[in-house]
Amino acid sequence: MECPGGSVDRMTSEDRWNPGVRSYASMGYYDADYVPKETDVLAVFRVTPQPGVDPVEAAAAVAGESSTATWTVVWTDRLTANTHYQAKAYRVDPVPGRPGEYFAHVAYDIDLFEEGSIANLTSSIIGNVFGFKPLLALRLEDMRIPVAYVKTFQGPAHGIVMEREMLNKYGRPLLGATVKPKLGLSARNYGRVVFEACRGGLDFTKDDENINSQPFMRWRDRFLYCMEGVNRATAETGEIKGHYLNVTAATVEEMYERAEFAKELGSVVIMIDLTIGYSAMQSMANWARRNGVLLHLHRAGHSTYTRQKTHGVSFRVIAKWCRLIGIDHVHAGTVVGKLEGDPATTRGFYDTLRLDHIPANPAHGIYCDQDWASMPGVMPVASGGIHAGQMHQLVELLGEDVILQFGGGTIGHPMGIAAGAEANRVALEAIIKARNEGKDLLREGPGVLRAAAQRCGPLDAALSTWGDVTFDYAATDAPDVIATASR
Amino acid sequence: MYLRHGAFSYLPELTDNEVAAQIRYALDNDWPVSIEYTDDPHPRNVYWEMWGLPLFDLAEPDAVLHEIHDCRAAFPRHYVRVLAYDARLGRQTTALSFLVQRPAHEPGFRLVRTEANDRVQRYSLQPYATEAPAGARYSPE
Repeated sequence: MECPGGSVDRMTSEDRWNPGVRSYASMGYYDADYVPKETDVLAVFRVTPQPGVDPVEAAAAVAGESSTATWTVVWTDRLTANTHYQAKAYRVDPVPGRPGEYFAHVAYDIDLFEEGSIANLTSSIIGNVFGFKPLLALRLEDMRIPVAYVKTFQGPAHGIVMEREMLNKYGRPLLGATVKPKLGLSARNYGRVVFEACRGGLDFTKDDENINSQPFMRWRDRFLYCMEGVNRATAETGEIKGHYLNVTAATVEEMYERAEFAKELGSVVIMIDLTIGYSAMQSMANWARRNGVLLHLHRAGHSTYTRQKTHGVSFRVIAKWCRLIGIDHVHAGTVVGKLEGDPATTRGFYDTLRLDHIPANPAHGIYCDQDWASMPGVMPVASGGIHAGQMHQLVELLGEDVILQFGGGTIGHPMGIAAGAEANRVALEAIIKARNEGKDLLREGPGVLRAAAQRCGPLDAALSTWGDVTFDYAATDAPDVIATASR
Repeated sequence: MYLRHGAFSYLPELTDNEVAAQIRYALDNDWPVSIEYTDDPHPRNVYWEMWGLPLFDLAEPDAVLHEIHDCRAAFPRHYVRVLAYDARLGRQTTALSFLVQRPAHEPGFRLVRTEANDRVQRYSLQPYATEAPAGARYSPE
């Protein structure tokens, strides 16, 4: 089909309804004068039109195809309060330093969406439109979920505050580790890793995303041996421990069965993967609230659509959906570890998960104000290629309400798993103590760690093994606005 | 065993100066500080005995240290912890908690397993110390 040029031609209402193809802008999907209502859902897209397609028309097409429009005029629109249901692109700005890309701001009336349904919200906003031919690429950068819609969701099954009260742990990040190797261990050997890591000083251990119920270790056996490890470690330390038992399975019914068993065994936490889908995640979040079990989410698969700058969905949007869905923990990046993570962008993810009010800040990739109306925060998880020698940077960058997960950095310790866990815990406590005493972590942190290592052999060994290991690659997903730019 | 409780249980015991620095951090954040003690270290024992009310509206750590000394003197063989509380909207929970005294001898916990169906174990945790009545635990021997 052809997309006529962008200028919104003046026309009579009769022209508007003539059969045939009209520009989306002329059908009302672009309105520069539209003032969004407080109850509107707002979306900011990065639009890359095909050569020759006017950016305003491209933005209008996005608004149209993600709301009421189809490719041609249909008379049945006249049976509705059509302008009410039309999404409106109301602002189109070129992306600084990125020729051919535009930020399109689109407003959707709240009536377009079923209450409390991420499946419905996403079917509209990222439904058909991402395959739309006149666009070379399209990325959903951010959304403003209005309070009226926020209040139709359960929100985190427990949230950060309740999790801390449940675990009786305050004033420091929590520590975890993913059991490695992630595939192949028998249940008995697997539980050994859980036991050693928890007794050594970690708060949590974790199943990896692809540990479900394979021939080498079936889920029920894994649950039994992991809980033996958790309970032994609790008895040895006198503090509450947990293992994220991954209940991800082929059907929701099977997940319920595994979750019920985890609860019966007294686990404080279960885990799901993002791959199960939004509705299944919401079902499990409701289950977690009803049963008093924390819900950990591994964002398996997200990089297929979050990483590239021009096409897909930003993780900050996925983070918002997760908070609405009712997740308690979600992986949100480490900055310094092995996986993608620009510092400013990652900060935007953490703010989105933890704060109650997040003002627009394009330097962090936040394009819309977001008010959570007291919906509890989600605990972010930093995992992937981090080690004790980075503790001062991690605390400085990520703050206190975060779970720091050292898989290789615990299990790969030369003195054993419990020693690896102890090294991480000692490093963390020394850094928190120093921060509270007013020390400048980025400058004095390495000295604090070295001093702590003099009294702790395992930390000394960790620092000499991994000392300066860094993963220093340019991030693909960095904000396009520098901190000094005005909007 | 060595009870892991509070934010600094993997570090050497804090000196009074180090305790004062942590309290100053709390007061600088407008967190009132309170002192609690117990002779039941079970990790699900949330409600330790309160040593008086939380200390609101303090500017300097001295008064808290004074109360800590009094509490230690009154209960020399109990666990004593300091808590800082964040009353801001959205938090309204403990912001920091750490031990400032522990018994000289900590016998630890008995892990009790009860066999249930299909290889399931029911676990419970019993502090050896709580086999004696409250107030008569951790006696010097």
